[in-house]
Amino acid sequence: MSEVLGLKEKLGRNVFKHNEHPHIVIRAGKQSDPRLKKAVYVCPAGLYSINSRGEVELTIDGCLECGTCRLACGPELLDWNYPPGGAGVQFRFG
Amino acid sequence: MEEKFDAIIVGGGLSGLAAAYTLADAGLEEVLLLERGDYSGAKNVTGGRLYLNPVRELFPDLWKKAPFERFIAHEQVVMMAEDRSVTIDYSGSELAQEPYQSYSIMRAKFDRWFAKQAERKGVQLVTKSRVDDVIMENGKVTGVRAGGDELRTDVVIACDGVLSLTAERAGLRKPGRPVDYAVGYKEIIELPREVIEARFNLEGDEGAARLFMGEVTQGKFGGGFLYTNKESISLGIVVGIKDLMEGETAAPDLLDIFKQRPEIARLIKDGNTAEYSGHAVPEGGLKAMGRLFGDGILVAGDAAGMAMNIGITVRGMEYALASGYYAARAVLKAREKENFSAASLAVYKDMLDQSFVMQDFNSFKDAPQALDNPRFFNQYPKMVGDMMKDIYEIPAGPKKKIYPTMKGYLSFGELWAMAGDMRKVMKI
Repeated sequence: MSEVLGLKEKLGRNVFKHNEHPHIVIRAGKQSDPRLKKAVYVCPAGLYSINSRGEVELTIDGCLECGTCRLACGPELLDWNYPPGGAGVQFRFG
Repeated sequence: MEEKFDAIIVGGGLSGLAAAYTLADAGLEEVLLLERGDYSGAKNVTGGRLYLNPVRELFPDLWKKAPFERFIAHEQVVMMAEDRSVTIDYSGSELAQEPYQSYSIMRAKFDRWFAKQAERKGVQLVTKSRVDDVIMENGKVTGVRAGGDELRTDVVIACDGVLSLTAERAGLRKPGRPVDYAVGYKEIIELPREVIEARFNLEGDEGAARLFMGEVTQGKFGGGFLYTNKESISLGIVVGIKDLMEGETAAPDLLDIFKQRPEIARLIKDGNTAEYSGHAVPEGGLKAMGRLFGDGILVAGDAAGMAMNIGITVRGMEYALASGYYAARAVLKAREKENFSAASLAVYKDMLDQSFVMQDFNSFKDAPQALDNPRFFNQYPKMVGDMMKDIYEIPAGPKKKIYPTMKGYLSFGELWAMAGDMRKVMKI
C-alpha cells in the first residue's frame, strides 16, 4: 500500500549497509544550541529530535546522506562526514 | 616508483562519469574514478527527468541504449489551494515526436549503466572508495587520500556532489548557506505498467510530468513533483532549506500531507513504496557558485553549484554532464602544455562560458532572488483557484456578474504587489 507509511516503515524499504561508527555527530556542548533545532524540521528522514531536557538528539540509522543538516546547521555544530566507502544507504532506484 | 594517474575523478555521478568517459574516449589510459557507493548511482537521487537536447551532441554514442524510463509527452502544472487545484496541461503531437526532449530517469539505474560504458572506454572505476582528503603540495593539489592510500595525479576533478567536501578541503569553496540550497525527497511507488498508463492516459513509452505549487509546500519556496517511470511513479517535494528551517511542518510531514491530497491519492492507490530517497540541491545560481578551478583541480556538477530552479523547470543533470565533459576537455588541453596550474586549467571556465552552461547561469542569475517570494507559493495559486471557483460556481440563486467579481481580486494593493512581483520576474 502506498498510503501514509510512517517514516520508520518508509526508511525500512531502503537498502542500508551497516556502518561501525556514526558518520554525523553533534559536536560536544552543542546539543542545546538553538541553531541545531532547525535540523528537526529539515531532515527528510526525521532523524533529529528534541529530548525532554531540550537537547537535540540524532539517530543516524536511516540517514539518506542528503547533506541537508550540514547546510542548515553548518560544520561548527555537526562533525559531518559521509560514511566510509561501501557503507550507508545504497539506492536501488534513486 | 609509485603509480601516478593522468586524472583522478572524485565521485561517480553524472559529472564524474562524463569527465571520465570523455578522458578515456580521448585515449587517456590512467583515468581513476573513485565512487563511495557500492556502484555508481548508489548515492544519487533525481526528481527526475533529464533534458537531452543540451547534451545530446556531447556524447553522440551514448543515448541509443541508455536505460531511460519514459519520454515526457504530457506536461502539467498544478496550482494547489487548500481544497481545490487548477491544472494547466501542455501536451500534443509535438512532445510525442522524436527526438524527445526529456525522459524520466532513475539514477541508480542510469549511472550504473553509464559507469559500464565508461569502463568499456578504459576508465578504472573503484567503488566503495571514499575520498578522505586532498593532498596539497605548495598550494597545488597533487592527489587524494582514500581508505589509507595516497593516490597521485596530474589533476583532480571534484565531482563529489552538492556538499563537495573535496573542493572545500582544496580551499575552493566554503560550506554552503541554507538560502542557496533546497532539499528534494521522494518515494518510488511501484504500480503495474498498465495501471500507470491508464491513470495518466499514456500510450506505450509516453510519460507524464507534473509540478505542484502552492499548498503542497504550505507557501514555502519549492513545489511537489510527479514523474511516471515504466513501472513506478516518482513522487516528491523540493523545498528551500531556509524556508524549511522556519519550522511549522517538518519535511517528512509535507510529503505525507501531499500524498493524502485526493488529487494524488487516487494516482498512487494500491502502489507499493519501494524506496524513499532524498538529496540536497544547489539552487543559489551564479552568485552562489564556488571557484571552478585551482592548481591541479577542477570542480564540476553539483559540486560547483551547477543546478538551477527557474520556477517551472528545475535542472541540474545536464549541467553536470556538460561540465564533466568540459572539465575533461580542459584537462586534455592542459596536457598538451604539460601544465596543470590554475592558469592553464582556466580554459575550463572559458569553455563553460561559451557553452549553454554558463550562458544559462548568466541569463538566470537573478532567478533565485526573483523567485524567493512567498506570493508565488501561496497568494497566486490560491487566487487562481478562487477565480476558477467563482467562474464555475452556480449558486442556488442568481449568479453574480463575472467581471466585477474578478475585479474584486485585483484591488489597488494587489495590483501594486503584482507589479512589484512582475518587475522582479522580468529579470528571469
